[in-house]
Amino acid sequence: MKSQRELFILSLPALIFKLVFSYLPLIGLIVAFKKFRFNLGIFGSKWNGLDNFRFFFVSDNAWRITRNTVMYNVGFIIITMVCALLLALLLNEMSGRAVKVYQTALFLPYFLSWVVVGYIVLAFLEQERGLLDHLWSLFGWESVNWYQEADRWPYILNAVNLWKTVGFSTLVYYAGIIGINPTYYEAARIDGASKLQMIRNITLPLLMPLIVVLVIVAIGGMFRADFGLFYFIPNNSSFLYSTTDVIDTYVFRALRTIGDVGMSAAVGLYQSIIGFILVIAANGIIKKFNKDHALW
Amino acid sequence: MAISLSDEGNVVKYGYRFIPKKFSFEGYEAIFKNPGILINAYSVTILITIVGTAAGLLFTAMIAYVMSRKDYRYRRTTTLYVVFTMLFSGGLVPFYILVVKYLHLKDTLWVLIIPYLVNPFYVMIMKGFLDQMPSEIIESAKIDGAGEYRSFFAIVLPLSVPALATVGLFISFVYWNDWWLGLLFIDTDKLVPLQLLLYRTMNTIEFYAANSQHLSGNVDVTKFPSLTARMALAVLGAGPMLFVFPFFQRYFVKGLTVGSLKE
Repeated sequence: MKSQRELFILSLPALIFKLVFSYLPLIGLIVAFKKFRFNLGIFGSKWNGLDNFRFFFVSDNAWRITRNTVMYNVGFIIITMVCALLLALLLNEMSGRAVKVYQTALFLPYFLSWVVVGYIVLAFLEQERGLLDHLWSLFGWESVNWYQEADRWPYILNAVNLWKTVGFSTLVYYAGIIGINPTYYEAARIDGASKLQMIRNITLPLLMPLIVVLVIVAIGGMFRADFGLFYFIPNNSSFLYSTTDVIDTYVFRALRTIGDVGMSAAVGLYQSIIGFILVIAANGIIKKFNKDHALW
Repeated sequence: MAISLSDEGNVVKYGYRFIPKKFSFEGYEAIFKNPGILINAYSVTILITIVGTAAGLLFTAMIAYVMSRKDYRYRRTTTLYVVFTMLFSGGLVPFYILVVKYLHLKDTLWVLIIPYLVNPFYVMIMKGFLDQMPSEIIESAKIDGAGEYRSFFAIVLPLSVPALATVGLFISFVYWNDWWLGLLFIDTDKLVPLQLLLYRTMNTIEFYAANSQHLSGNVDVTKFPSLTARMALAVLGAGPMLFVFPFFQRYFVKGLTVGSLKE
């Protein structure tokens, strides 16, 4: 009895923390249905019905930012997964020292803040001074004002995101590959299997559960975007909103710049609900195919 | 990095280069001539990183340990309670209102520390590690008359050093690299953390650069080495952590392996 109580007390700080910072905000979601006034608070403000939602969905912003968020995330999921798997397979073929060096090189960008990455991208893209312009001029091409050319940004953001995040997934897959029992490979070698056959018939099937879990988690986050990437890398340039504005940056601007609390809460709620449904759906679909691969 | 060491005049003339045409420290000199803001930002960041990591790590370890104890009655409930917050959140707006209007934390040092204390993802990594700890160790401590607190602090924590190092380093990176909380809640100059300072500097210089063309050419942009100073700042912002990183790398790989084994 005493020990149960003591254990509960050990967990108490974290429980209270989650109550305040994760569960209280859920109650706060009712501001999405209110005409929020800061001085009146959440409960003092007047009800507003579904007007906040109507306002958002009628504007063409809804379609634009939803499309951007989803398209970018689909791109990120596929590109990162393929590249990380390839890199992890290559890493596995290398010897001890080389692995260390490549690991560091791949993993380092993951620990840079988006602000610093923003500086680095700026050094490449800045007009007239940037490294890319420099390269362009060698070929005699005209210099480009990247921060005003919206249609090139899907490629730029995909590249930047890949550079920064691929190390993490690579390492997770690599850890998974190392965990595979080496006797499988020995048996395959005796049967005369080639490297590619081993990868196709041993490594990939055994990595499948890990890949599936990572993809489910990624799908759950499909309606959420990495704020830093979409805010710092395009430098919040309004020329680029058509292709770089995502739900998160939109909500931030609506809240901090425009000050429309009700509508930004409504957009946030829309984002959370769809994200939640996506996780449940992805998990359900995978459960249909293979019970063991699902998250729960 | 190369740009931060370049001669400003050369950068303006030839653009950025991987290998600078002429080495120069004037970018760094310009910053250190007026070091007040930078030192201030550094101390804010160092303070929140230390306090946040210590407190966050302790809270994370405490709840992860409780979740890993198979004889704890509310184990499932606690796990569900923590995991649910990973799947569904109130989003930015209720969080913002809560912090500003009800907790009155805007423009305080606390607002840079408290919101990141317990991250469910790190709780799960920690739990994955503690799950593998044999329960006999705790039982034998109990027979020797140790209470739960004692066996946790005197036995479990010392045995968890690899996991604590991994998760602790992750948490410290979160604090060191944070600009988000500063961007949302900090207006006072005294409380600006390093990354927010970097962001603001980038924007200010952007502003001057954009307007210099309209200033009829009288302003000598090259007087202040803004371009090299900017890159020098970026190096200073990322530097310390990049220096720490290689030392802890082996822990990282171990910690991540622990995390992926939990499937």
